[in-house]
Amino acid sequence: MLNKDMEIRIRDLNIYSMYKNKKNSHILKNINLDIPKNRLTSIIGPSGCGKTTLLKSINRLHDIQENIKVEGHVFIGDEDIYNPRRQVNEIRKMVGLIAQRPYPLPANIYDNIAFGPRLHGKRKKSELDDIVENCLKRTYLWEEVKDRLKEPAVALSIGQQQRLCIARALAVEPEVLLCDEITSALDPISSEKIESLLLTLRQDYTIVMVSHVLRQARRLSDYVVFLYFGEVVETGYAKEFFESPKDQRTKNYISGIMPGL
Amino acid sequence: MKKQNTRIILDKIFKCLMVIIISAVLLFIIALLIMLIRRSQLILSRYTIWELLFSSDWDPDKGLYGFLPAVTGTFFVTVLSLLIAVPISILSAVYISEYMPSTIKSYFQTFIDVLAGIPSVVFGLCALLVLVPLTRDVIGPLFGVKTTGMCVFTAALVLAAMVFPVIISITVESLGILPVGLKEQFLSLGATKWQLIETVLFRAAGPGIISGIILGFGRAFGETMAVVMVIGNKNILIPSLFSPGQTLPGIIVGSFNEMMSVPEHQSALIFISLILFVIVLFFNILANIIKNRLKSRWRYE
Repeated sequence: MLNKDMEIRIRDLNIYSMYKNKKNSHILKNINLDIPKNRLTSIIGPSGCGKTTLLKSINRLHDIQENIKVEGHVFIGDEDIYNPRRQVNEIRKMVGLIAQRPYPLPANIYDNIAFGPRLHGKRKKSELDDIVENCLKRTYLWEEVKDRLKEPAVALSIGQQQRLCIARALAVEPEVLLCDEITSALDPISSEKIESLLLTLRQDYTIVMVSHVLRQARRLSDYVVFLYFGEVVETGYAKEFFESPKDQRTKNYISGIMPGL
Repeated sequence: MKKQNTRIILDKIFKCLMVIIISAVLLFIIALLIMLIRRSQLILSRYTIWELLFSSDWDPDKGLYGFLPAVTGTFFVTVLSLLIAVPISILSAVYISEYMPSTIKSYFQTFIDVLAGIPSVVFGLCALLVLVPLTRDVIGPLFGVKTTGMCVFTAALVLAAMVFPVIISITVESLGILPVGLKEQFLSLGATKWQLIETVLFRAAGPGIISGIILGFGRAFGETMAVVMVIGNKNILIPSLFSPGQTLPGIIVGSFNEMMSVPEHQSALIFISLILFVIVLFFNILANIIKNRLKSRWRYE
């Protein structure tokens, strides 16, 4: 595979948590990882193995936690996002985050989508109208909400709120979307909608998803990363990964006999 | 089976006990209100409320009971102190909550809480020693005004200092309970820290911040001692913020010794207490309504 097919390259990444009165713990150990462009990559592994920590490192979200120390490099395209000279908000703009539970802005539906573009200085009404309509259409929300754009976003169902949050992330034109167990708070029908949405989005975005649910990872992934106690055990394209895993720990995990699940 | 019964009986006893206690508290407030209303009857039978509130002559010896100077004095002192205190307190609170390293944060919060607990007479004394000369020698001349320093402006300054800790500690608390996930989602859209604070956190923590301001208002409005010590206590309609004035609580403190002898004077002072009581009650109810409105409007989950 050519290197330019890889959107995100993680090199020698080590993350430590340093809490007072507690032993420092080494959460991620020497991670080296390539994540392919415009594909959906799943990070799987047992609880507490550092999946979310790894995901957030691609967005420099650990910057807001005082007790987390990050060492190493994460490249998006050719750019090292941990380069201290880069403005962190510019980097985060390239990398959208969708979390376990949606937090709509305390405002109406329209303003939720327009929020990001406005942050970055877009003010023209016609331009914002277009962005809002496009993003809502891409997330299949438009038909459901086009007549009530001025209603508060919290009035939507939680599944709709999650799609609204995806639309909001798309509105700032990111290259990468980080999805942290985004269906875990949703009912089966909403989950299914989100899953099919992810499948359409992966053509245009590099999606990195953390999932607890093996079946979901199997259904959706192009590429899989198996993380176990802070180490990358195995990576590979989904078919290969699930059909002929190489490492014994991977075999155990995907056949469901991993202890501590 | 027997054990089960004692548990249930205890359960009921404690429930009853709590109901009795809470009713007693409520009854006490109602009794206070009734007492104030009844003892104000005398003055209200001789003058109308409007005469009392909107007449500016105060001379109990001649039977003149105009509250207007004290009403306006109270108004200006309270509003000015909040105008000074609110922006400063909110910015301090944001710094403490969002920027300050957690190691010094807890010490700082303790320090703020101590500040909130200092007796007001101490504030008054410090103001007398520091703020009065400051207003007289620096701030007054800066505005081209001649003042003794014992004035409405100085009173507002000391009140602002007393209101800071109240607003700061409540604002810090309401910012602190916001979920990290909320911040992460908006930072991921490329918001700078200040954009996040301004557009998201202020709204999400809004109802809490409003409660803080209202509590601060209560403190400033009812504060007696520190104000009396620096305001100059002249019962006149203030021509400027740098002239001495009077507040409603100030009138009571200034003449509660004499009040026992003249029933009409006594009743006038009790009527002032009634006004204070009603206004505080009114603002607390209003604050609750506003808070609940904002809570449903600025809901983030």
